[in-house]
Amino acid sequence: MSASLEKGINALKQVIDAPIASYFNSCVHCGLCADACLFYTETGDPKYTPIHKLEPLRRVYEQEYTLLGRLKKVVGLSKPVTDDELDQWQSLVYDSCTMCGRCSMVCPVGNDIVYMVRKFREGMAASGHVPDGIKGATQRTVEIGGPMGLKWPAVANVIRKAEEATGLAIPVDKEGADYLVLLSSMEIVNFPEYLEALAKIFSKAGISFTLASDAFEATNAGIQIGNSDIAKVIVSRIVDAAEKLKVKNVLSPECGHAYMAIRWEGPNLIGRPFTFNVVHVLELLDELRLKGVLKMKSTFKEPLILHDPCQIVRRGGVLQAAEPLIQQVADNYIPIVDKQKWNWCCGGGGGASAIHTDEAEALRAKVFQVKKRQIEEAGVSTMVTFCANCRIVMEEGVDHYEMDTKLLGLTELLAEHLED
Amino acid sequence: MNELQFLTWVRGPGLDIAVGIFVLGVLWRLFEIYSLGRKKDLAAPRHAAGASGLHTVFRRSIPPPGGVKRSPVSYIGGYIFHIGLAIVVFGFAPHILLIKNLTGLSWPGLPSQFIDLAAVVTMAAMVVVLVDRINKPVKRFLSTFGDWFTWTVTFLPVLTGWLAVQHLLLPYTTMLALHILSVEILLIVLPFTKLFHAFTLFGSRWYNGKVNGQRGVPV
Amino acid sequence: MQGPLIDTLARQGITRRTFLKYCTTLASMMALPPAAGLAMAEAMAAARRPSVIWLPFQECTGCTESITRSHSPTLEGMIFDMISLDYQETLMAAAGHQAEEALQAAMKENAGKYLLIVDGSIPLDMDGAYSCIGGRSNVEILKEAAAGAAAIVAMGSCAAFGGIPKANPNPTGAVSVSDIIKDKPIVNIPGCPPIPVVMTGVLAHYLTFGSLPELDDKGRPKAFFGETIHDRCYRRPFYDQGKFAKTFDDEGARMGWCLFELGCKGPVTYNACATVKWNGGTSWPVESGHGCLGCSEPDFWDAGGFYKALSVPADPLEFGAAAAVVGAGAGVAVSFANRAKKRAAKAAHQTTTLADLEK
Repeated sequence: MSASLEKGINALKQVIDAPIASYFNSCVHCGLCADACLFYTETGDPKYTPIHKLEPLRRVYEQEYTLLGRLKKVVGLSKPVTDDELDQWQSLVYDSCTMCGRCSMVCPVGNDIVYMVRKFREGMAASGHVPDGIKGATQRTVEIGGPMGLKWPAVANVIRKAEEATGLAIPVDKEGADYLVLLSSMEIVNFPEYLEALAKIFSKAGISFTLASDAFEATNAGIQIGNSDIAKVIVSRIVDAAEKLKVKNVLSPECGHAYMAIRWEGPNLIGRPFTFNVVHVLELLDELRLKGVLKMKSTFKEPLILHDPCQIVRRGGVLQAAEPLIQQVADNYIPIVDKQKWNWCCGGGGGASAIHTDEAEALRAKVFQVKKRQIEEAGVSTMVTFCANCRIVMEEGVDHYEMDTKLLGLTELLAEHLED
Repeated sequence: MNELQFLTWVRGPGLDIAVGIFVLGVLWRLFEIYSLGRKKDLAAPRHAAGASGLHTVFRRSIPPPGGVKRSPVSYIGGYIFHIGLAIVVFGFAPHILLIKNLTGLSWPGLPSQFIDLAAVVTMAAMVVVLVDRINKPVKRFLSTFGDWFTWTVTFLPVLTGWLAVQHLLLPYTTMLALHILSVEILLIVLPFTKLFHAFTLFGSRWYNGKVNGQRGVPV
Repeated sequence: MQGPLIDTLARQGITRRTFLKYCTTLASMMALPPAAGLAMAEAMAAARRPSVIWLPFQECTGCTESITRSHSPTLEGMIFDMISLDYQETLMAAAGHQAEEALQAAMKENAGKYLLIVDGSIPLDMDGAYSCIGGRSNVEILKEAAAGAAAIVAMGSCAAFGGIPKANPNPTGAVSVSDIIKDKPIVNIPGCPPIPVVMTGVLAHYLTFGSLPELDDKGRPKAFFGETIHDRCYRRPFYDQGKFAKTFDDEGARMGWCLFELGCKGPVTYNACATVKWNGGTSWPVESGHGCLGCSEPDFWDAGGFYKALSVPADPLEFGAAAAVVGAGAGVAVSFANRAKKRAAKAAHQTTTLADLEK
């Protein structure tokens, strides 16, 4: 019970670095980042302009780390950041920012705005301005093991069912395996077929793998809430398990921010490089495809489009894997205009989907229009993605607008059509 | 003080003071900004073609796909006035002579009729961009005193320079002196306003390219 | 010399036709309607010669030389015949007390009607002791002579603006005529020296219309000082094309390109040299290959160097290096302060636990 403004400001003072200083000094208020943000394009409200979401951070930077800013603060020209102000900003920083990073792609002076949002959240978390939904998810992850409150017996149950369905053994806590397979709670609950598909593919490719009973959950609510200390606790479970089991690779599931947490933030959170590789499941599948291991017995006939999850593609760097994979399994893949690193967010990333206030849900439904348009323009009734969170958020959107669009997971789709 | 004395002052002590403050300000601000440093990225890098700081420094000069269509005034107007300013500042023979005098660097000038045209087009573009700032909700929402102020101090040198060459409004000597004075004001405020993006934009683009380049994303 | 001016001119071999042509040219130069040439010729030919008093102060006699010295008699020189030059130290035969008496007599006889021409600046320091005539200071003589004058012509840059005597550090406290005399019409004809035809033009206008020509804000006849040297320069096309002589003996100089880079002050100098030229229309400074010094502008001597282009700094950038050092110093100081602050923030960091997420 000790979050305070002072702690928040201190956290911001800690995270402000040369890139942030350079970014704030470069901003010319051109407003072009707004064009890249679905919260602005779908609402037309200027307060959703990405750079505006960082205004308190900018003032802390100016007041703490520039000579003129300090002077301005002393003479009262620059007002100090207050608790009330941060409270106002909470919805801008969490409800209406999914950390999709599209704004960082368009800024003409090169500002990496999402980089700053991530840092700003450190201050928001330390000062206690975090939406209850994300706070709850974080609590469950730390205390129980996953954001949905799932425990190992539930996972063991899924493993047993997968073993029954495939007739293949799914090892647990096996030392020296090629891959440590991580799951996300959403997959465990909603798409248990994921594990079956993986078991089949690994068996075909002759790759050894294992699950870890003390580190099965890949998601990291600490990243979303924006607190490195908590994120470190969560990511350390995976690092410890991987090192204990001496695996060569850790396989990140489809889930977008899980990949961001383990692949890119992980080493920086624990303060040292990993002794193992982190691989996204699509990277592995694409590699197997190139090796000819991934053979299809049939193909998906209906026309479909692809939704590239932000944290895996634009922010994660898995740019090229999805398209050849989907072309392998689908006859009628229709590339959309804004694809890969230019794709539009589902509207629920960065923890936003965990916020269940009426305002946040209404806003999510509103911004889903950008996806709705993409689906309608392509004239398809199937959209494939490779992030469980994107999928759930978009399913909610589809329900909201009473569309007949079907959402599929890419790995799941591949598994369905995989040669036996 | 008559106009020739005014001109002599702005060419002499005035310019000295302005360039002095400019140099002082630029160095101070650059140290202030970049000495904050950043943490080394410990994640194993993914290498991808075109994903680096340097690539982004250049790539960000090109609008993103669909950008021009969404915000034509910002992009086209922005291009025109930036390029126009560059032509006028670096292509006009008297300016080159000043640069040569300060740095020893020199290159051939452009015909003055062309400079004239460029100045007029630049001013027109700047006015259009200003109107856009007033009209477009996002820009108006983001605008602070600094935005209007920096627009003015950027516009005045072009306007006074053009008026001087065209012999409009005031005698040439006075207008030339006002022109040099307006440039001095621009030099003095540049390090302390958003105009400093002229320097930091390279660093910003580089950081963005570098951070995302580590992940193999050409941004 | 007796009788109307035209007879005097005729005696010197100048025909009526030549005189008329001259007057027409003069009129057009002063932007008067063509008919004014004829009026001017008639007025001048028949004019009763007005008394003119010419006072020399801190000067070099260059202005007098400019108007009077030429290898053959010129119309400008002849124009002296249309006035009664009652006092001009350089030209008059009388000297000493006789000369001063002539001055006093002329002032008395023509009180309120004479034209006063002044060349040279007026020193004010040490009660004007720097320049005296017959034991009286210039300023005293000027005030006395101005009191009875109908109008004053400040001839040359010294009288008009203070000129070279006023150049920094102005040891004599030199000032212009208009700095002292405030209650009389004053025409400034600056130039070092001024163009002779400007002088005659002003006189002709005064004789013809009984008034002074239209003046600009610096008291100069607009007809001659309305445009800059640069605007009327025959080398202007080279400026517009960006063709500049870089040294006085390079290819550009030989090709007659623009002298802007060699310090030509044409763009800020208002005078008629480019159109009227010098020495009977023979040539003028820019034509002879040297940039304009701007000698008809106030304080031209202190305008940042004759050979420095207008767009370059008048003084070397003396603060540049010092500013760089101070700027870097300030930057480094702020850097240290910032780094200390960031370290302190890290030290103050308490590891966040779940409980810390609540307020």
